[in-house]
Amino acid sequence: MLELIKMIVVLTVISLASGGLLAALRDGTQERIDNQVLEFVKGPAVRQVFEGVSNDPIASRFQLKDGDQQRSFFVGVFDGEPKGLALEASSGKGYKGEIGLIVAVDVKSDKIMGIGVTTHNETPGLGAKAKSDPKFAEKFKGLSTSGPVKVTKDGGSINAISGATITSRAVCDAVTDALGTYQKLKPQILEKMKAVK
Amino acid sequence: MAKTLTQEFTKGLWAEIPPFRLVLGLCPTLAITNTVENAYGMGIAVTFVLTFSNIMISALRKIIPPKVRIVAFIVAIATFVCVVELVMQAYTYSLFMKLGIYIPLIVVNCIPMGRAEAFASRYGVVRSTLDGLGLGIGYTLALSALAIFREIIATGSITLYETPIAILGASFEPFKFLVAAPGAFICLGLMLGIMNILGKK
Repeated sequence: MLELIKMIVVLTVISLASGGLLAALRDGTQERIDNQVLEFVKGPAVRQVFEGVSNDPIASRFQLKDGDQQRSFFVGVFDGEPKGLALEASSGKGYKGEIGLIVAVDVKSDKIMGIGVTTHNETPGLGAKAKSDPKFAEKFKGLSTSGPVKVTKDGGSINAISGATITSRAVCDAVTDALGTYQKLKPQILEKMKAVK
Repeated sequence: MAKTLTQEFTKGLWAEIPPFRLVLGLCPTLAITNTVENAYGMGIAVTFVLTFSNIMISALRKIIPPKVRIVAFIVAIATFVCVVELVMQAYTYSLFMKLGIYIPLIVVNCIPMGRAEAFASRYGVVRSTLDGLGLGIGYTLALSALAIFREIIATGSITLYETPIAILGASFEPFKFLVAAPGAFICLGLMLGIMNILGKK
């Protein structure tokens, strides 16, 4: 009996101590980690979709509430006008889990400026081409922001990567989802973008 | 049996060098020794986890009831692995992205677990610290040696920090096979063989 109590007490104390240590460390590093993710994961993708941008889109970002979710938006200035908007999107329907994307839209013409895959676990050489092969991202350029984006097999206009229909479909899903958010929050987004120079 | 403190430290560098002598912790040894940067990054992470889990376990060895010792060891090791993961994310994010899943996998790496069971739970804090440091540094050296060999032969260059430095000239035809998994096995096999020949004396 005494031994049982001792086991429980010792394990509880050890777990509490390590839990407390990790919680404190997480609190302390959270901000830095968020910045690192911005710089190394989202930053390159945002700069890539905003080709020829004249400001730093990572610095001029804002957040809006979409339902109960906070979403980040990045603003790109072109020829002195803030007309590029990049937002994050993701789909859990990838071949191996979640695919994260940056989708950029031109708010003046309501067309897609470009997309860039940020995080994925897809098969190297097949699904991973969604990130590594610029030709795939190219296909999304200029599409309208109103309608859903689909692969040709589903009656859409995007030619799926050969051997990676599931990945291509997930990317289309994520883009469609991002466009939905954009349409829904458009008045607030335009309001916020006015402030960016 | 009684080793001096110096011997406790130096045994990890040669006599009990983890991947070659103990043949433990082979998963990261095979998987991440494709560049030198990955190899020593991983080595430093393991050294940190090993040293601190050894310190914590040897300090608590008289309090931990024997029946739940394995659970307590894993909690200690997992805690320090999470510390490494958070710190790497905050300060060396590009290295963290390359090592990826192998950082959390240190938890199930046999080296910290083996040292906790075989050493730290039996000896005092000072000896356990030296043991952890020695084996950790030995592990780092072993991974780096393997990585230097693989990277130079496979790509003709060497990555000390972020950018590869060309070592063999442009006329060198890269032996790509060594970057892939089978190449890792062959290199490890050669290393083990060399270590056995040297150890015979």
